[in-house]
Amino acid sequence: MHPVLKLVVQRLALGLVLLLAVSAVIFLGIEALPGDTAQAILGQAATEVSLANLREKLGLNEPALTRYFVWLWAALHGDLGVALTNGVDIATAIGQRFGNTLFLAGCAAVISVPLAITLGLVAARYNGRWPDKVISGLTLTTISLPEFVAAYFVIFLLTQVFPIFQPVAMVFPGMSFWAKLNAVALPVIVLVMVVLAHMMRMTRAAILNVMQSAYIETAELKGLTPMQVIWRHAFPNAIAPIVSVVILNLAYLVVGVVVVEVVFGYNALGQYLVDHVTKRDLPVVQAVGMIFAAVYIGLNILADVISIGANPRLRHPK
Amino acid sequence: MKMPFSAMLGIFLTSSFVFLAVFAQFLAPYSITEASGGVWEGPSATHWLGTDTIGRDIFSRLIYGGQITIFVALASSVLAFSVGSFFGFMAAVRGGWADQIMSRIVDLMMAIPSLIVALVILSVLPLNLTVLILVIGLLDSTRVFRLSRAVAMDIAVMDYVEAAKLRGERQTWVIFREILPNALSPLVAEFGLRFIFAVLFISTLSFLGLGIQPPLADWGGMVKENKDGLVYGKSAALMPAFAIAALAISVNLVADWILSRTTSLKGGRGG
Repeated sequence: MHPVLKLVVQRLALGLVLLLAVSAVIFLGIEALPGDTAQAILGQAATEVSLANLREKLGLNEPALTRYFVWLWAALHGDLGVALTNGVDIATAIGQRFGNTLFLAGCAAVISVPLAITLGLVAARYNGRWPDKVISGLTLTTISLPEFVAAYFVIFLLTQVFPIFQPVAMVFPGMSFWAKLNAVALPVIVLVMVVLAHMMRMTRAAILNVMQSAYIETAELKGLTPMQVIWRHAFPNAIAPIVSVVILNLAYLVVGVVVVEVVFGYNALGQYLVDHVTKRDLPVVQAVGMIFAAVYIGLNILADVISIGANPRLRHPK
Repeated sequence: MKMPFSAMLGIFLTSSFVFLAVFAQFLAPYSITEASGGVWEGPSATHWLGTDTIGRDIFSRLIYGGQITIFVALASSVLAFSVGSFFGFMAAVRGGWADQIMSRIVDLMMAIPSLIVALVILSVLPLNLTVLILVIGLLDSTRVFRLSRAVAMDIAVMDYVEAAKLRGERQTWVIFREILPNALSPLVAEFGLRFIFAVLFISTLSFLGLGIQPPLADWGGMVKENKDGLVYGKSAALMPAFAIAALAISVNLVADWILSRTTSLKGGRGG
């Protein structure tokens, strides 16, 4: 077997094992914590009889391990159960919201990735001079802000001081693509701000790291301009670390999206999760938590696979 | 060595925040629950930073909120450090299967974003200070574990550790008397970063309504209470947001300085 293929298969298998372990933690770990689903639904005033009846109905009397496998088997077939609070089928509720989340995160990614790489290149080119200092200073500030704080600064600036945008992001089915884009403009700006800083700093570090190699010195000595050196010699060799940086930050978007959705009242997966944590609706929380974990793990595996593919030593073995 | 301006600013701001938090009861002009003015008044001589959504003094609530925010963040980062570095050192000293088990558990915990884990856990546990500190501290201890294990790995192969083992010292002695003193400086810088992380974490949880519960308030919760005013141009929600940002940036400045000092002590890269 080709070594690249072997490594890739290994990574994918590792990802599957990890996902299985995470599902066990999310299900069995929660079971191990004090608390009782039946009690959570009926509240403190529940009688012993009604509690016992509900436990029977929800199958809570089965051992936890049995219930875990029943849940896992159903989840693999697309059946995530029904929400405790309103009895709505979880898979249907998630389906539409997941699309909205992907739309928001996708828009943020499309803007932030090219911007971060360009800024990173510029900062590396002028390393230690004023463009680098300005970019680094600004990104250091945004790194220190939690998403919701950044969001409210942006809201105040762009809806009150300069009234350009609407402070809520409502998206509903049947909206035209442009209307949707317009609606998510503010949340996208916030998300871009939040991931841009990390992405740009890591791109800069990756390029500066490559810039210390001997072949860069050779390229400089044969008279190439600094931008040519970066573009032709440093960038191709920095692609692997840059790609993994970009994808790791997209994974970071997964978390940022939860908070930003709540800030803007954007009807999507993150908002749905937080709502149901407040209502203590365990099946929903487990299902959505699993989806977020799966996306996060999937992106991490993707980053590994791409950096394996970008490594010429692995592609062309001796 | 001369202290750079940014580090001095950071230390000054951080210590003022701590001072305000410690002496909140004496410094705050109003109580935390007292509605002493109109709804969302602007800054005035009686209410320095204005009033909030039900007329409580924002300045006083900021001081009390800072007390809770800093207390929770400090407690959870201390917990994260004691748990994380103890097990990290243990993994480095013992090696073998103990190291494998602990490292794989940490890998598993770090495979899911901590906010998601926290949300899942908080959906079953009661929301009180102890639970919040435990959850944030334990989730954060995974990062400390990785760092302290890596640092201790370098130290555990030193001759003096070998000598201590050979003269029959117990494991706790090796960890606390041989490794800990030599691993302290990178860990101190990391403590600053973990503290900021805890501040941002507790603020985010409170903002989502899953952290500190009313009538107590921390900064994140204050943003949540006052966020609706922003639409009408009332900037009350920005005050606690600004406080979070200022605390995070000032601790960051100090941590950066300590980090650069310790790396230059070792003659590391980038001078």
